[in-house]
Amino acid sequence: MALTNYILVCGGTGCESAKADQIYKNLLTAAQASGVGDTVQILKTGCFGFCEQGPIVKILPEDSFYVQVKPEDAEELIKEHIVKGREVKRLLYDKSESKKHARVEDIQFYQKQFRIVLRNCGFINPEDIDEYIAREGYVALERVLGDMSPDDVIQELKKSGLKGRGGAGFPTWLKWNFTKDVEDDEKYIVCNADEGDPGAYMDRSTLEGDPHSVLEAMTIAGYTVGAQMGYIYIRAEYPLAINRLKAAMQQARDYGLLGEDILGTDFSFDIEIRLGAGAFVCGEETALLASLEGNRGMPRPRPPFPAVKGLWNKPTVINNVETWANIPVIILKGGDWFAQIGTEDSKGTKVFALTGKIRNSGLVEVPMGTTLREIIYDIGGGIANDKEFKAVQTGGPSGGVITKEYLDTPIDYKHLQELGSMMGSGGMIVMDEDDCIVDVTKFYLGFTVDESCGKCSPCRVGGRTLYNMLDKITKGEGEIEDIDKMHQIGKAMKKASLCGLGQTAPNPILSTLRYFEKEYLAHIKEKKCPSGKCKELISYYILADKCIGCMACARKCPVAAITGERRKIHRIDQDICIKCGICYETCKFDAIYVG
Amino acid sequence: MAEQKEKFTFSDELVSYIKEWKQKRGNLIMVLHRVQQEFRYVPKEAAERVAEMLDVPLAKIYGVLTFYHYFKIKEPGEYNIQVCMGTACYLKGGDGLVEELENVLGVSEQEVTEDGRFSFESVRCVGCCGLAPVLVVGEEVYGKVTKDQIPGIIAKYQ
Repeated sequence: MALTNYILVCGGTGCESAKADQIYKNLLTAAQASGVGDTVQILKTGCFGFCEQGPIVKILPEDSFYVQVKPEDAEELIKEHIVKGREVKRLLYDKSESKKHARVEDIQFYQKQFRIVLRNCGFINPEDIDEYIAREGYVALERVLGDMSPDDVIQELKKSGLKGRGGAGFPTWLKWNFTKDVEDDEKYIVCNADEGDPGAYMDRSTLEGDPHSVLEAMTIAGYTVGAQMGYIYIRAEYPLAINRLKAAMQQARDYGLLGEDILGTDFSFDIEIRLGAGAFVCGEETALLASLEGNRGMPRPRPPFPAVKGLWNKPTVINNVETWANIPVIILKGGDWFAQIGTEDSKGTKVFALTGKIRNSGLVEVPMGTTLREIIYDIGGGIANDKEFKAVQTGGPSGGVITKEYLDTPIDYKHLQELGSMMGSGGMIVMDEDDCIVDVTKFYLGFTVDESCGKCSPCRVGGRTLYNMLDKITKGEGEIEDIDKMHQIGKAMKKASLCGLGQTAPNPILSTLRYFEKEYLAHIKEKKCPSGKCKELISYYILADKCIGCMACARKCPVAAITGERRKIHRIDQDICIKCGICYETCKFDAIYVG
Repeated sequence: MAEQKEKFTFSDELVSYIKEWKQKRGNLIMVLHRVQQEFRYVPKEAAERVAEMLDVPLAKIYGVLTFYHYFKIKEPGEYNIQVCMGTACYLKGGDGLVEELENVLGVSEQEVTEDGRFSFESVRCVGCCGLAPVLVVGEEVYGKVTKDQIPGIIAKYQ
């Protein structure tokens, strides 16, 4: 019997966490029970990116986009949509009657996106190599092995203008070329999948949704530079991605696309998975290599660069997941095609994990040069709960904030750096009026202090000192001199630290001091936290004109600091209050005031 | 003592895994992962055995174990609750969840409750930022968690 429908269930970690696997199983059972088991194919795909609305189920050919699906909805989807051909309106993203379908391209979240890296995520079953091949998978590898010399590959990469997507933005072709030009019969290819930036999950989604694209790219690099062995260094916290990679590697070996004599040529290349163990510094390439060698992940001075002296002192190409995922497309469509996308300085697209106080969090891929406003307002749907936009943070613990005035800046490596932030790996965290800038900066510094490997003192001591100052300020013990001191220490760390972690760790401070000095001063001089976040600097009060005496807050207060009788105005005893904020969250009448 | 030894006996699979990896360069972290998978943490007895089997100094093993957050050298509670401390979760109140867990369980981070049932820790981004703030118990992920849901979540495992 011919297939009539495809059902795609999002299998990204966000949706999996929200029971996507149960939805998938229930769909299978329901399809069998309704006798349509043979005419409908149900697949688990990679991340659709629209995590805010997950779990997501898409049904083809109608292109119906179902959101926030629950396991118990599976039966209705099968009985109504598949058997009777009627869409289940209540689960559609666009429930308006005027449209026949809520088509994916009609959804504003997807309209400004352009997918190269995520081209297959949400389209194919990542556990089936045939589906990757059906979408021109491994054609690039075939072309490279059949018709291209290593120099041809380098030329194509050079034309494309691709820069490393791990953060620093080093031209990819140049890295490969260094390694290619070193005479050595032992060279290595490494995929950096140690995505440690808190609030970023682009690489994980790519590996979960399209593992073959990375395997294919690494094999192409092996041929180009003359390496026979590759390693994928991946966070142990990503079990789903690890399993999909393992399955993909096995399938590729079975198809003769990995291992001995690939595609019948005399070129052999294999890949092994190595697990990280939760050290952010291992995203730095020399620290990553130390960890791959089984040691503490401590960086070493460069030069020599890994391209010349890397893993076990052999020439090594290291790229991150997103960079790898671009390679097959560049070979297929040509470097010139790729170079048309983006800006003068930065070519191609960039994937961002858009999170924080945004209406539509999720994974977005846009051409370089797209403005922050387009990403936050057009794709992200603006700030959640109608709050006021405060700042957007890019580059994670190594980056900085960008304020409202700069929302129309086109995003590329150069512009972000000019604004005192950086591209980083692609975390994009939106903050609203309730977020205290000093507190968030302390959060980032706490992270880098915790992750500093301790080898060089500018990072080890400087970071700790900066953190202590921020801690003081958030407790109302800051002094005006602290601002100058933070500038000085920050600048010293940038110059003197050994690796990227220490060199960029002061960025969150320097950038927030640049745009939000007033807020620091409010903490230091007035001993006030304007956003009401820093506990030592705030008090909770009950507004007499709004309190209706419902007792809800008094019942919830964990320390019994709230007194008052039913229908009488309540009072908070400031000596007892521990400022946990539960009363504020509980009150339905906005009667609790933070000041 | 005999009982302790018994408790940390390496299974045949673990032994053959270590033997297989002994042949490969840079094997230590992979082996320690496998050991932790077996015991949920890396007990001292197990570290000593690994030192013997791989022929590396115990000091080096502890150097690695203490460098990486993922490795545990103390036994966690039967249910180890993980609170995501990625930026999105932090902004949406992840730190409040940590405080509440301290209150409800009566232990601080990385400590185990008296009955050995619970421990909790804040962890790096678990990557479902759309569900922030997130809390993980075993395989179960709880999204958009509020403080007042915590006693209910814990009760499920009691």
